[in-house]
Amino acid sequence: MNKRYISIFMLAFGLLLGTTAAVAEGEGPELPAAGNNLRDTASLQRGAHIFFNYCVGCHSLKYMRYERMADDLGLTEDDVMKNFNFTGSKFGDTVISHMPADDAQKFFGKAPPDLSLEVSAKGADWVFAYLNSFYLDPKSPIGWNNTVLPNAAMPFPLWELQGVQVPVMKEAKAGDDPQIEKLTLLHPGKLTPQQYQQAARDVTNFLEYASEPAALQRRHYGIWVVLFLLGFTFLAYLLKKEYWKDVH
Amino acid sequence: MANVFSNIGDWVVERAPGLMPVYRKHMTEYYAPKNFNIWYYFGSLALLVLVNQIVTGIFLTMNYDPSASGAFDSVQYIMRDVEWGWLIRYMHTTGASLFFVVIYLHMFRGIMYGSYQKPRELVWLLGMLIFLVLMAEAFMGYVLPWGNMSFWGAKVIVSLFGTIPVIGKDLVEWIMGDFLPADATLNRFFALHVIALPLVLLLLVVLHLAALHEVGSNNPDGVDVKHGPKGNRWDPTKPVDGIPFHPYYTVKDLVGVGLFLAIAAFIIFFQPSFGGWFLEHDNSIPANNLVTPAQIKPVWYFTAFYAIVRMIPSAMGTAVWGVLGMFGAIVLLFLMPWIDGGKVRSIRYRGTGFKVALTLFVLAFFGLMLIGTDSTAELIPMLFGASADVTGIENLFGRTMVLIYFGFFVFLWLYTHLGWEKTKPVPERVTTHE
Repeated sequence: MNKRYISIFMLAFGLLLGTTAAVAEGEGPELPAAGNNLRDTASLQRGAHIFFNYCVGCHSLKYMRYERMADDLGLTEDDVMKNFNFTGSKFGDTVISHMPADDAQKFFGKAPPDLSLEVSAKGADWVFAYLNSFYLDPKSPIGWNNTVLPNAAMPFPLWELQGVQVPVMKEAKAGDDPQIEKLTLLHPGKLTPQQYQQAARDVTNFLEYASEPAALQRRHYGIWVVLFLLGFTFLAYLLKKEYWKDVH
Repeated sequence: MANVFSNIGDWVVERAPGLMPVYRKHMTEYYAPKNFNIWYYFGSLALLVLVNQIVTGIFLTMNYDPSASGAFDSVQYIMRDVEWGWLIRYMHTTGASLFFVVIYLHMFRGIMYGSYQKPRELVWLLGMLIFLVLMAEAFMGYVLPWGNMSFWGAKVIVSLFGTIPVIGKDLVEWIMGDFLPADATLNRFFALHVIALPLVLLLLVVLHLAALHEVGSNNPDGVDVKHGPKGNRWDPTKPVDGIPFHPYYTVKDLVGVGLFLAIAAFIIFFQPSFGGWFLEHDNSIPANNLVTPAQIKPVWYFTAFYAIVRMIPSAMGTAVWGVLGMFGAIVLLFLMPWIDGGKVRSIRYRGTGFKVALTLFVLAFFGLMLIGTDSTAELIPMLFGASADVTGIENLFGRTMVLIYFGFFVFLWLYTHLGWEKTKPVPERVTTHE
């Protein structure tokens, strides 16, 4: 009888976890998986390269230190200071964009956000999709628009890599606003579409790392901690059996 | 070496002769029923999590800055620059959620085996007080990182007090110390979270255990071992079906602790935000009173009660009914010892009506959680098609769940006080003896 209640309860709990997990996955429009991998150090390095060549002009990583980045990405102090530091910061400083906030406000109408926690806030899939979804839009004041974040006040800095995309419109019913069906490449960029996908994935990977540098450590230690605790549980179980031998 | 320790021990005991009797009363000579099952792990696990929250909390306090301008940055400082700060913080955040998992299971155990029935009413009342203080503690802790969900969560939850007629508006300002959650709010929530409420919690936990040890533990059979035959291996006057808490249950609880820690470690090291359920994505954005998150919802452990507020409509020009409903949902749990007039304790020997009612009650609680987490906004179109009337279906479903939740208590009172319950015969002794 008691077993049955436990199983009913576990079933209910499982159903709840299942449905909530399904819902958590399904928030907002379905985005393709970024497919990035924090353990891929080469990808993190490439992502950092793109970030410091194309993004840091406007976006800071105000919680990310150059020194920490060098340690985690397997780079030397020289690599980082020569290739990534354009503002004369010290090795122990955080990554602050050179663009004064007041100017940024004037240029774009909105200061470019700090990207330290972008992946924590929006998810890697979102960032990856965003980097793939810029298109030319003559109606937008900056000439660019984005299907993932419509009317974003951000010009597309990676256009020379990806090329220039334009929208293909769906057939709209009379009276409805036309909807974008997909984006198509008008002018190819320096990279092939496959190469660009990888580049976007690398930037996403780097930003995921930047949003939680400790992720590298916790995955590294985690498996040993869990195994230790399972071993401990087993020993505790043997101890319990020994002590309880005489309880009938 | 062993000699040195025993000499020190003797020295202390000689000067504090009352010490060993207290230790024996609560550990080696506290005779617990020998038939505890898996449900009896959650009491000791709750204590473990409480200790974890206090210890990790102390270390977080060393680097946290309780000001509106510094709180968010200081959390990132802990996550990135403090040695092992990320581990300490994840132990604290995961501990908070697991605290509620453990406490909910512990409370369910109490209802399932009638652990609140005479003579254990006081144990239950103190436990419910712990639950209430824990909710306040968790809510204030959630505000401290000063992310956008902290801010808006604080605003919505504190606004609930604003529905109280006449004094509501002033009360909200008095709680926040400002017109919006602000520096003053954060300062006082910090003080309450790290000093006031933990002290109250610790005191209540001591009283909860003291009250338990006065009357003795219940067990899955709901049989009082104290009233059964006497005489066990340790003491001829003590219950035959009782075993010393130490070492038997300390050793057994160690197994539960190991498994629980392994699960907790898996979450801490591999899924610390638990897909946005333990740490919400919107809390990675600093508090901003101009940008409202797409959905404002409390953390999962409050969602069932939050759903009750949302599902009860306003009437007679005031929305206070929902808030009353939410508090009522908790007050009714306090009153369980008097609502349930059952003749037997354990679900093993209770009538079918009780079993059905309890199952429905648990399902209603989960159903309310689906609404409180706003999962219904996704589930309803999934189940009923994209053109479904989400609000209509949600209200129908949610109000049914609210009725079942409250109906459980009404039914239980009628069922037991009017003598409708047909119980099974309760054995003389616990069922697991030779």
